[in-house]
Amino acid sequence: MKINKFVIGGLLILGAVVFLIWNAASSTSEFFMTVDELNAKSSDIVDKNLRVSGAVIGDTIRYDPQSLTLTFEVAHVPADGPEIETEGGLAEALHQAVIDPSRERMTIVYVGVKPDLLRHEAQAIVTGHLAADGVFYADELLLKCPTRYEEAVPDQAGN
Amino acid sequence: MIANFGFGILLITFFVTVYSAVAASFSNPKGLAFFFRGVPTKRARLIADWLDNRDNPQRAASMVESARRAMLLTWPLLTLAAGLLIYLLINNHFEVQFVYEVTSRSMPTYLKVTAWWGGQAGSLLFWSWLMSAFASLVTLRKWDRDREFLPWVILVSCVTLAFFIGMTVFFENPFAQLYQTPAGVDAHILQPANSILFTPEDGRGLNPLLRHPGMIIHPPMLYLGFVSFVIPFAFAIAALITGRTDDRWIRITRRWTLWAWLFLTFGLVLGGRWAYDVLGWGGYWGWDPVEIAAFMPWLTGTAFLHSVMIQEKRGMLKHWNMLLVILTYDLVIFGTFLTRSGVLSSVHAFAQSAIGPLFFGYIVITFVASVGLIIYRWGGLKSETEMTSLLSREALFLFNNLLFMSILVVCFWGVIYPLTSELFTGAKVTVGPAYYERANGPLFATLMFLMGIAPLSAWGHSTMKTLGHAIWKPTVGAMAVTAIVFATYARNAYAVIGFFLVALVIFVTLYEYWRGARARQKGQGENIFTAFWNLTGRDRRRYGGYIIHLSMMLMAIGILGIELFQVETQGTLEVGQQKSIGGYDVVYEDIARFTGSDGREVTRAVLGVYQDGAYLGELNPRIDYYFDAQQSMTIPGQRSTLKDDLYILLVNWEPASATGATFKIFVNPLVNWLWMGSLLFLVGIVIAAWPDKDPERVVVPAGKRVRQASAAD
Repeated sequence: MKINKFVIGGLLILGAVVFLIWNAASSTSEFFMTVDELNAKSSDIVDKNLRVSGAVIGDTIRYDPQSLTLTFEVAHVPADGPEIETEGGLAEALHQAVIDPSRERMTIVYVGVKPDLLRHEAQAIVTGHLAADGVFYADELLLKCPTRYEEAVPDQAGN
Repeated sequence: MIANFGFGILLITFFVTVYSAVAASFSNPKGLAFFFRGVPTKRARLIADWLDNRDNPQRAASMVESARRAMLLTWPLLTLAAGLLIYLLINNHFEVQFVYEVTSRSMPTYLKVTAWWGGQAGSLLFWSWLMSAFASLVTLRKWDRDREFLPWVILVSCVTLAFFIGMTVFFENPFAQLYQTPAGVDAHILQPANSILFTPEDGRGLNPLLRHPGMIIHPPMLYLGFVSFVIPFAFAIAALITGRTDDRWIRITRRWTLWAWLFLTFGLVLGGRWAYDVLGWGGYWGWDPVEIAAFMPWLTGTAFLHSVMIQEKRGMLKHWNMLLVILTYDLVIFGTFLTRSGVLSSVHAFAQSAIGPLFFGYIVITFVASVGLIIYRWGGLKSETEMTSLLSREALFLFNNLLFMSILVVCFWGVIYPLTSELFTGAKVTVGPAYYERANGPLFATLMFLMGIAPLSAWGHSTMKTLGHAIWKPTVGAMAVTAIVFATYARNAYAVIGFFLVALVIFVTLYEYWRGARARQKGQGENIFTAFWNLTGRDRRRYGGYIIHLSMMLMAIGILGIELFQVETQGTLEVGQQKSIGGYDVVYEDIARFTGSDGREVTRAVLGVYQDGAYLGELNPRIDYYFDAQQSMTIPGQRSTLKDDLYILLVNWEPASATGATFKIFVNPLVNWLWMGSLLFLVGIVIAAWPDKDPERVVVPAGKRVRQASAAD
């Protein structure tokens, strides 16, 4: 009898944790996609929570400080580690993505502060949704510049 | 030349650690035989029998001594290697790949020194250096009563050390140099044929974001915390192998664990402060995988600190404590890998690093071997008493442990979610901060509630009635505070619950202090201040622990404030224009661009801050542009008070344009309490861990040895 109440208590905690994880994960999870995948099935995923990574194309960066609207294009980079390895590492993969005009591209709009790390050939990881007009509206913008630093810094902008 | 010498030193150190580990294990053939008995082949059994027959106390003692001396050699050797690396860093030896990657000519000397841990190869060396220092310290302690632990503590320390030094020798060598070969420039340890040394004009420079005092102290703190958790693990393994599974190992390592926890906690807080001051997004914690990697060993470590008390007082949860210390160790290794590997944004990136699989292999092997040992010693770890009452202190501690583990599971699940979801559904799915906040929020709240009731419950047996009798006064106090908060400050439901719990814990803790001090005042006839002082001094761990609880509540106030009540605005202002937010009026007065030290161009704005028409002072948000790194850094202008922080970012300013400058302004309520809480935390943990009452730590002349106070506390 004495053991039972502890077992029941333990099961209750376990159940609560499973519920919390399931509940939080199902309402907040973001689908990680590449630009290719996104453009291939853009109609099904409109307005879903998405996370996309791509190579920033420097010439396309526009920033309007009045409205704090940032617009830029990213080119497709593979998401898989081995695939990036075969292209010669992340820095090389980003470089290839930017110089290849046949790569799939996507326009990103982000309202907020322009991040310090946003520049040509940086890897942008954006979280947000794809609108019906094919433009990606980002709520969060993370950047990584593997070319110059081996250090990856959690640079966060917006929430 | 120097680089080659440094590499040679590293190689020698590697062999020394391997020798020490081998000697330590051979010093105890019976213990070694124990491992071979685990292997189900005939040859293994024969080896085990042969080893059993070779047990020779005299030779064993000299082997252990040899292992111990070899281990003591590692620290001077690694210090030499580190000194050489620092010499190379300071003197701009860009032909060394690591120096080229993390320094540049324009960096001041102190930053060149701290660049040591600014990159992966260097920080692995830094980790090893700290590890060898701690391992040496622990081998220098008095071992009279714990002779049998010594070889195994040396073995575990040296295996860990050998793994990390091996990483620097074979995979991430800080002394690798750049050579020009016909095929191009590449880094090599030894000069390849047909090549000449290649020396770049200038290095790439340390990432400007890392050139901040917080970032200089933060990694060493975190590493100190990581490394010192290896010692309790080593003793736990020693206890399992020798079968001496009473709480001796816990008593020996108690202070180590507390100091480890201190460094880890401070490392985390400093990281948050750095993010707040440098990253310029108005926050301090983003549930980034790196942050979580450092947070996970903190969770298991905190659970461990609590549950060892149950083992000491009641002889329970022995398996659990072993498991916690093993988990902490492996999470420390995992955290070291994740925080410095530079492969973070996606879990898929693990495969990109050559050392990734090795780290995973090491974690899996050590975890499986350690858990195997627990299973082998299962019988010896049986509880001495049974848990009877759900409200007893030990049951509440167990519940607290389960909550820490639940938070760990939530975090771990979040980190590996992309992998598992791809495996099972084919879609890559990630989770962001919202997931962690939502899943952990209720768990943190329950943890705070436990922090409120556990100090008042009794060991062994406790009922609703006894607990209710103890808790009603603090509860009434907390309700009064909550009512005041509700009436004057906030009506948000989360905030009301949060502030109630904070007030409850603070009142319970103060009430416990007061009760103890009153008892002394009456019993010993001391005045109340002396009574407080003596009370704390007599049971440091308990009352230090209460101060830590109070500090956590101050931090909770800060976290509630910034998470629930942060307001922000942004806009472009022309000189003379103003913007209002959270009761502040901010007037844009001036801006200037000039050349600063350290190879940067500074754009600095001047803003006047007013409240109700009264001038409060000026703030200077700025943007530093680093030419060598081609990167800018946004430094906020901050005005901190107990009530809130005014946090202004200069977002954009073009000298040519007439549109003015763009600012982003945050008001972060109560966030200062977070930093103040961390200072109080320091006080609490120093009280709890101060090493003066443990006679083992004091050098006592032979013949005059006092009774070992292992039953103290």
